[in-house]
Amino acid sequence: MRKATLLAGLVAGFSTFAFNAAQAVEIEYWQYVFETRVKAMDQLIAEFQKANPDITVKQVTFPYADYQTRVIAANMAGNGPDVLQLFYGWLDKFAAGGLLQPLPTDAFPHDKIESEFFPIVSAMKRGDDYYGLPTAVRSLALFYNKKLFTEAGLDPNNPPKTLDEYVAAAEKIAKHDASGNLTVAGSTLDMGGQDHQWWREVLIRQFGGTPYTDNDTKVAYDSEAGIKALKFYTSLQLEKKIGAAGFMDEGQAAFRGGKAGMTIDGTFRLGAFGSIKDFEWGVTELPANNEGVRSNYASYFANGISAKTTGEELEASKKFLAYLTSPEAMAIWLKTVGELPARRAAALTEANLKDPIYGPFLKGLEYAHTTLFLDEAAQRQNAIDMANRVLLEGQSVEDSIKQAAEAEQEIIDAAKP
Amino acid sequence: MATIEQQGAAAGRPGGSFGDRLSMRTKRLLWVWGFLALPILFYTVIRFYPTAQAFWLSFTNWDLLRPAKFIGIANYAKLFKDPQFWKVFKNTFTYLIVGTPISLVVAFTIAFYLDRVRFMHGFIRALYFLPYLTTAAAMAWVWRWFYQPPPIGVINDVFGMIGIPQQPFIRSVDQALYSIMVTAIWAGLGFQIIIFMAGLRAIPTTFYEAARIDGLGEWAILRKITLPLLKPTTVFLVVFSSIGFLRIFDQVYNMTTNDPGGPLGSTKPLVLMIYQTAFNSYAMGYAAAQTVVLFTILLIVSLLQLWILREKK
Repeated sequence: MRKATLLAGLVAGFSTFAFNAAQAVEIEYWQYVFETRVKAMDQLIAEFQKANPDITVKQVTFPYADYQTRVIAANMAGNGPDVLQLFYGWLDKFAAGGLLQPLPTDAFPHDKIESEFFPIVSAMKRGDDYYGLPTAVRSLALFYNKKLFTEAGLDPNNPPKTLDEYVAAAEKIAKHDASGNLTVAGSTLDMGGQDHQWWREVLIRQFGGTPYTDNDTKVAYDSEAGIKALKFYTSLQLEKKIGAAGFMDEGQAAFRGGKAGMTIDGTFRLGAFGSIKDFEWGVTELPANNEGVRSNYASYFANGISAKTTGEELEASKKFLAYLTSPEAMAIWLKTVGELPARRAAALTEANLKDPIYGPFLKGLEYAHTTLFLDEAAQRQNAIDMANRVLLEGQSVEDSIKQAAEAEQEIIDAAKP
Repeated sequence: MATIEQQGAAAGRPGGSFGDRLSMRTKRLLWVWGFLALPILFYTVIRFYPTAQAFWLSFTNWDLLRPAKFIGIANYAKLFKDPQFWKVFKNTFTYLIVGTPISLVVAFTIAFYLDRVRFMHGFIRALYFLPYLTTAAAMAWVWRWFYQPPPIGVINDVFGMIGIPQQPFIRSVDQALYSIMVTAIWAGLGFQIIIFMAGLRAIPTTFYEAARIDGLGEWAILRKITLPLLKPTTVFLVVFSSIGFLRIFDQVYNMTTNDPGGPLGSTKPLVLMIYQTAFNSYAMGYAAAQTVVLFTILLIVSLLQLWILREKK
């Protein structure tokens, strides 16, 4: 009798075990550590699991500096994630290395993607396939310190709209001590921050050129427009003295410290600036040129599905990715992380557009460009060096542009998959 | 020894078999090699194997993602044609050739005089040693802020007060390398002082007494007795400090994170270039070629120093 009970218990135990195993699919999601992003993802996973009780999502995070290496190393070892976050600029490397699979068109039809998302998602397309979709996107805007505006006799509710107004406002705000040292910057100059994007995708276009051609594989800024754009940028320090590279170490530090009237930065800085208590700040669109031409640089982290994911996990991953790119997920992401929804309908709501902070960033998205970097770190470094040669070594703008264009073309050619 | 004898006794118990047939000498050898095998195995797996692997990788185009393909000496050819490499090469040797002598002279001078100080000797010594205990990253960041231009840089503030023109320090292509070198020297000073003082203490005082009785001046004592007898210490520190400067990374990286090794690569040492090639551009083969070059330089410099400073018999 006792034996029979035991046996029955065992059978029951095994069968529930087997039943559970058949039902629960566990997939792994990878992203880098950034407090609000991890928190938002926890919330998204909880919501997703509520709607799909048969799927469990495990979030795994790594420090940003290690993230790419971890993904690549895990892929070699064969135990990588099912769904992973990646910067759009890494796609060439990841796709060439066979890390990602094309998004299945049954769950993610192209016409839907192209009509519902902002056009910048095309940076995730290679050949006929999309390799990932973002939850949120980021763009640039001009942050300004209302207190310094008022002190300089400027209207804090009427920030500069054109490049000329921007320079004029910065000249009024900038302060120097008796020996000519900058004590308050009109605007920050920090090529290592977002200025290289501003120069590349905004200023060059506003001076009538294009930074690259052939899907960003041919450098095209060794031109009249490129020279004018760099002259404008370097003259801000050398002639107009409204700022200085390295002032207070970093542009964002100078702005945070209340020592800079304006700075160009992205949505991702909203969190850090949100804790500023000493002064009020505002956000406005990047200044237009005199003809009214505007441009912006947008970027994003997309989510893709690993090439190694198949079967049940693939079905679960498709569902999870579909949820991550749904309007509902985007609303949660905006609230928690402060990044803009990647779908037009979710982003361009009346409430968002009227929002004094999100509004300018969203308007920027409409005319934003996304550079298809092949080696982001090296291309950024090249822009930093280009400006430094003019600012520190007194090289002529023309020579510096020429040297930068040649060097960048080499970087691009070497990195081409 | 006790262990070995005990083991012999244990093996000699009834039922002990294999051990009985070996001589004491063989058993001892087996034990010695048994213990030695562990670190050797450990080193083989985590040091020698990766080193050999790096040599092999330097002849491939491995990028982490695709299988490595043998490309002969293409990486080395590229390296020797790369103007960036020669700049970095020059920087690395500037750190070495300027940094090592300065740090040793300063450390010796301080140790020489500190050795004679009795008042709060331990406290002063601790103060000198403290930077050595501090994390390089934390220290580099503090110095980075010291070096800032006005209005926040402390050093420039002091310059302003006493009427010296403001200096750009780490924002200048000419001053940045030396600004960073100063922090590296300062960081390593404590260790060198302690070693020098230990060396000084090891010189028998009778030598000094005899010299004084013979009427030798302080300078002569330093030249004829202290420095020659301090030679083993000096050799050790020269090699140690040279390797340190050839491998400099933390200070440079942390003081220039916005533009690593900048401005314009003027502070970039070889190790930072290797790091960037490997983990920013993922050109593992090319990075491996650079590490092989660094390895060769380290080997040559160390052997050269040992040979120059060798004991002449």
